[in-house]
Amino acid sequence: MSTSLPRRAAVLGVVISLGALTACAKDEPAAKDDGTGPVSVKASDSGCDLSRRDVKSGTSTFSVSNGGSKITEFYVYAEGDRVMGEVENIGPGLKRDLIVELPTGKYQAVCKPGMVGDGIRGDLTVTGDAPAQVDEDALLKQATESYQRYINSQVVALEQQTTEFTTAVKAGDLAKAKALFPVARTYYERVEPVAESFGDLDPKIDARVNDVEPGTEWTGFHRIEQGLWVGNTTKGMEKYADQLLTDVKTLVAKAKIVKLTPLQLANGAKELLDEVATGKITGEEDRYSHTDLWDFQANVEGSQAAVQALRPALQTRDTALVTQLDTNFKAVFAAVDKYREGDGFKSYNLTEAEKKALSQVVDGLAEPVSKVAGVIAKK
Amino acid sequence: MTERKGISRRGLFGAAGAAVATGVAGYAAHSALASEPSQAADNTGPVEFHGPHQAGITTPVQDRLHFAAFDVTTTSRDDLIALLKEWSAAAALLTAGRDIGQYGAVNGPDEAPPEDTGEAVGLPPARLTITVGFGPSLFDKRFGLAAKRPKALVDLPHFIGDDLDPTRSYGDIAVQACSDDPQVAVHAIRNLARIGFGRVAVRYSQLGFGRTSSTSRAQSTPRNLFGFKDGTANLKLEDADKLEQQVWVQPEDGPDWMVGGSYLVSRRIRMNIEIWDRTSLGEQEGIIGRGKGTGAPLGKADEFDVIDFNAKQADGEPKIPADSHVRLAHPQFNNGAELLRRGYNFVDGSDGLGRLDAGLFFLAYQRDPRKQFIPIQNQLAKSDTMNEYIHHVGSAIFACPPGVTPGTYWGEKLFT
Repeated sequence: MSTSLPRRAAVLGVVISLGALTACAKDEPAAKDDGTGPVSVKASDSGCDLSRRDVKSGTSTFSVSNGGSKITEFYVYAEGDRVMGEVENIGPGLKRDLIVELPTGKYQAVCKPGMVGDGIRGDLTVTGDAPAQVDEDALLKQATESYQRYINSQVVALEQQTTEFTTAVKAGDLAKAKALFPVARTYYERVEPVAESFGDLDPKIDARVNDVEPGTEWTGFHRIEQGLWVGNTTKGMEKYADQLLTDVKTLVAKAKIVKLTPLQLANGAKELLDEVATGKITGEEDRYSHTDLWDFQANVEGSQAAVQALRPALQTRDTALVTQLDTNFKAVFAAVDKYREGDGFKSYNLTEAEKKALSQVVDGLAEPVSKVAGVIAKK
Repeated sequence: MTERKGISRRGLFGAAGAAVATGVAGYAAHSALASEPSQAADNTGPVEFHGPHQAGITTPVQDRLHFAAFDVTTTSRDDLIALLKEWSAAAALLTAGRDIGQYGAVNGPDEAPPEDTGEAVGLPPARLTITVGFGPSLFDKRFGLAAKRPKALVDLPHFIGDDLDPTRSYGDIAVQACSDDPQVAVHAIRNLARIGFGRVAVRYSQLGFGRTSSTSRAQSTPRNLFGFKDGTANLKLEDADKLEQQVWVQPEDGPDWMVGGSYLVSRRIRMNIEIWDRTSLGEQEGIIGRGKGTGAPLGKADEFDVIDFNAKQADGEPKIPADSHVRLAHPQFNNGAELLRRGYNFVDGSDGLGRLDAGLFFLAYQRDPRKQFIPIQNQLAKSDTMNEYIHHVGSAIFACPPGVTPGTYWGEKLFT
């Protein structure tokens, strides 16, 4: 299985490096922060002990060692659980670093044993020379830059995971291919509006059978999905695996240089929830594998990442909206968490009542998210 | 509450320009509460939203219905109160024929979704009324309202033959939108649902057409989908004393927050249309107890003739059968209990067997369901020969608080 499986949208402008995306923690620049050194975090199944809870503003390093028996995650949250930085998938006995730039303020340091729920929380205070208050335009510029970094991190992971997935398909390892299918898709689903902006790449990578134009060959994730789950074999899927990897690589190259406006971020956040409301709630997206809940979670994470990038700008314009967004994102994640199973999710064979409950929280979130663009557009 | 702007849809009609200047206040002259028969004729104007009673109860029944029952999904009492405030403000604008929000449907920023969904732009207010009620489930532990649940807001008992679908029954809050233009009614529910996302969720909704009763003598009696006149003997807004006696909650009834309000029972009654249509005219009339053409009680000539339940046919059988609908439902056989009915026909296409999914969305207002709807329905469920042709598939009861006065919100007294 994969070693990197980020669960929550994370990468923001302030994050310099993300443990989950660097192959391992070999690049550990010691915090050259007037000798205060890294904060060591002892994570266990029931504890989250930090060597100190005051750090200087600027770059901090958290050395997280997992002494527990469950896989854990470590987060630094700003107000409203805005992710300032995170490391994921820290297995028992492993040690990973989080390097993050933190402006002066109050934060929370959080360990999540088992990778679910609110986690074990403690305060973290950052003092020192606060960076100068930035003006609104700078906040918006920051937002797009940080979101572009997010896109970057996601597409890099997309390429890695698609490589693993297609390799398994070509090696004829049916079980492994099935296991990797939803994982690779996670990275695609998080940045789907960006992917969709590149003309015919999205249809080649992500079309469902009924979306294919007559006379065009059906390729991509769902073509292979049908082979794996309906045909129950990898045979005949090799060429689609090659094609998929080629298309994903093209997409990644384009996505790395894409330039987005704050409004595109805002609308992208909304579109991701539209994806959930139309394709995932109905179960039509992953109709053979029934892994829709993975996509669901990823879409919402991607939406949250875009909204969070805009958050500092939103905060100065409409704090009530920010509060509502925080509450409603939480409600959606809580609703999906009910269906977790192992490292992933249950098969999407939910009752109508369960689907309705999911639909309601998504509607509850999509409405305030749809207001973000208007707030950002206001001068 | 701050008075929000909003463009007047009426204003979009050139000739009605003056109405824009007078704004909401200008509409107040058309009071739904005054018994102006002429108002029934003007089916494009507004109905005053504010008043001692909620509009949409004794308001002369409009032609169209969009009814929605909501589940409250937030657990915060403050959220619920905020929602009722926002809904009240929006309803005042909607019923005046205005767009909701600061910018309305078309004047907002290009980048944002419009505040008002816009499908009513260019349409008149069309006598829109929006009426709200609270279901028994709202008085559970969530919002600290348990002690305020009215005794009259009982859980309806099981009636013989009930075949209730929970997904079409119950609900924490009901919103009844009635209008002479279906699009105006749909627009109202759609926008209230949108305002409510994240705090309430639509549990079910029902479209209705062809009002099946009259609540004013100025209205003619319409027909239901059985082809019979319905609502001939309904309570009418002209009977002020009877309304006090049968519809409005009085101070001695309590609780205080319900005084001036009313209880609503809604029932989705599916009709076995195809079976009914194969039934002979004589049998149909016997089941109802009235003539199909005239609507007159059997044995009489005119719709409004007094019913004589003692009249006998030559063979000694009563002219109005003992198990006929009109007899079993009549106040004379129900301790004088009456209902203010304002139900609607519905057709939701066809079912999987090709049968019309149609019937009556029954709505009845009353002062105390324990003395009115429940005993009447018990009697009907037991003996009514019509039961062979109908079944009750949805059911709900709601406590509809008194009217909203400017600066207050729906149910304010319940929360203070």
